[in-house]
Amino acid sequence: MRALTWHGKHDVRVETVPDPQILNPRDAIIRVTATAICGSDLHLYDHYIPTMKSGDILGHEFMGEVVEVGPGNTKLRVGDRVVVPFVIACGKCFFCERLQFSACDNSNPADNADMSETLYGYPMTGAFGCSHLTGGYPGGQAEFVRVPFSDVGPIVIPDGIEDERVLFLSDILPTGWMAAENCQIQDGDVVAVWGCGPVGLFAIQSAFVQGAHRVIAVDHHPHRLELAKFMGAEVVNFDEVDVREALTEMTGGIGPDSCIDAVGMESHGFSADNMLDKAKAAVGLVTDRPHALRQVILACRKGGHVSIPGVYGGMADKFPIGALMEKGLFVATGQTHVQKYSEKLLKMILEDKLDTTFLISHRLPLEQAAHGYKIFKEEQNTVTKVVLHPGMSQVH
Amino acid sequence: MAEKISHTQYGDAPLSTAHNVDDDGINAEGLEAHSGDRLVSRSITINAPRQALYEFWRDLRNLPRFMENIRSISVSDNNRSHWVVDAPGGRQIEWDSMLIDDQPGSLLAWESAEGASVRNNGRIEFKDSTNGRGTVVTATIVYDPPAGNIGRMVAKLFEKEPQIQVRRDLRRFKQLMETGEVATSSPPNPQPKA
Repeated sequence: MRALTWHGKHDVRVETVPDPQILNPRDAIIRVTATAICGSDLHLYDHYIPTMKSGDILGHEFMGEVVEVGPGNTKLRVGDRVVVPFVIACGKCFFCERLQFSACDNSNPADNADMSETLYGYPMTGAFGCSHLTGGYPGGQAEFVRVPFSDVGPIVIPDGIEDERVLFLSDILPTGWMAAENCQIQDGDVVAVWGCGPVGLFAIQSAFVQGAHRVIAVDHHPHRLELAKFMGAEVVNFDEVDVREALTEMTGGIGPDSCIDAVGMESHGFSADNMLDKAKAAVGLVTDRPHALRQVILACRKGGHVSIPGVYGGMADKFPIGALMEKGLFVATGQTHVQKYSEKLLKMILEDKLDTTFLISHRLPLEQAAHGYKIFKEEQNTVTKVVLHPGMSQVH
Repeated sequence: MAEKISHTQYGDAPLSTAHNVDDDGINAEGLEAHSGDRLVSRSITINAPRQALYEFWRDLRNLPRFMENIRSISVSDNNRSHWVVDAPGGRQIEWDSMLIDDQPGSLLAWESAEGASVRNNGRIEFKDSTNGRGTVVTATIVYDPPAGNIGRMVAKLFEKEPQIQVRRDLRRFKQLMETGEVATSSPPNPQPKA
């Protein structure tokens, strides 16, 4: 089959690789009909995440048709159309029983689990196409993909619903939803969102659905800020204004009740702390550049909620622990418990309560995936979301 | 008993987490140790009844399903088993193991028979979680770090990272017991073991 494979920093290629096969009883094989490039794929593309190996197949946002089902799976049938959560969860362990699917104890192969146990204290769960820290599972930017524990994750999509309306159930829609949920929004709340990429945009929409009075979006790409405005947010361009002062003034001196960091470890901007982080990251002194997160913690009102859907992987420098403690902030983080939200969000999509396609800017055949990565990386203003279709004819 | 250790020396923490573990400490645990012996111990919580876990483990032929490097385990009689393990460089190590304690539903203890290349003894304990989270399984192994040429080879297998080996095996045991399968992300070896 054809698949997008990683070979090094800014080196991804569409190659012919062996077809996946059923390895365990609860597996299924999916023929991918639509898959997307995620912002966290860019962290891999930029080689910010360790444990990548040459030839790894990327992609953790995908959907398709079930073409083969293992003997231990009584839920899926060949021919089902499914969206697959990027988090692989067994459905049986302590964490899955508590709907903390992204903490599943059993989906990361035992040998891979050592690394994250050393890094984080306990082993992390498995995920598709996201380095060997999370299991080294081949991803979905491919014609076919093997889905472990396929009786738990994949959600069956009714006929007649276009792929693009439901594709983002795989990651960014529930991620934006959980980011807003982590703010525990109350009547009258003002929510500020850093980063108007796909997760930030879905967090804005979700915050409104969950009852936010106002949402203020922070970014510096004019087109992305336009999309945030289209979703109803007020916008702040950090190239033009002092973000913290702007947020303080826009909230009558109180500050936003909740702040969402939808940026993560490769924060942009030219402030002194960010330049220092960049220099340290370049020589390996730190892994994560938390400029946005520092601003989030300072801007949030006293006693407010900080929600971090943005991806961090290792150690950060100059973390404002004093502000975090003295202000009594509540922090909620984590990879998304996708399976927890699938049914609810699918229902909301079918009832037209959520707009899931407004952020798609590019549609490319899988064969042009490498080009998709390049433009998503280099033209962030206009390239907001790239959807790849295996089998789609070449376009230029 | 992983949770009951010399309270004066280690507080309530298990012996295996102490900075220094000597044979006196191990003997106080009811395990046999000589000067220089090493201790490895690890606990894992499994969301399954302890009787079922015990019974699966008690049938030693099941162990290769989740233990790495084991080529075969043959049971000679109720208390004696023969273990063959793949070692680095395509070699194999064999020894006999004697079951010395068997408390159905709660404990299995063994020691290596006379002449084993790595003298070892240990136990697997199955206890109900006190807060309703299934069964706490604790594997404890005491072994004599081998010397000499074969010792160095054996050491590669057992001594270098025994802690890692034990925790990986327990993770796979948990996966198999909770989900019915051992998680893997790579196709099987084209030449599977016999």
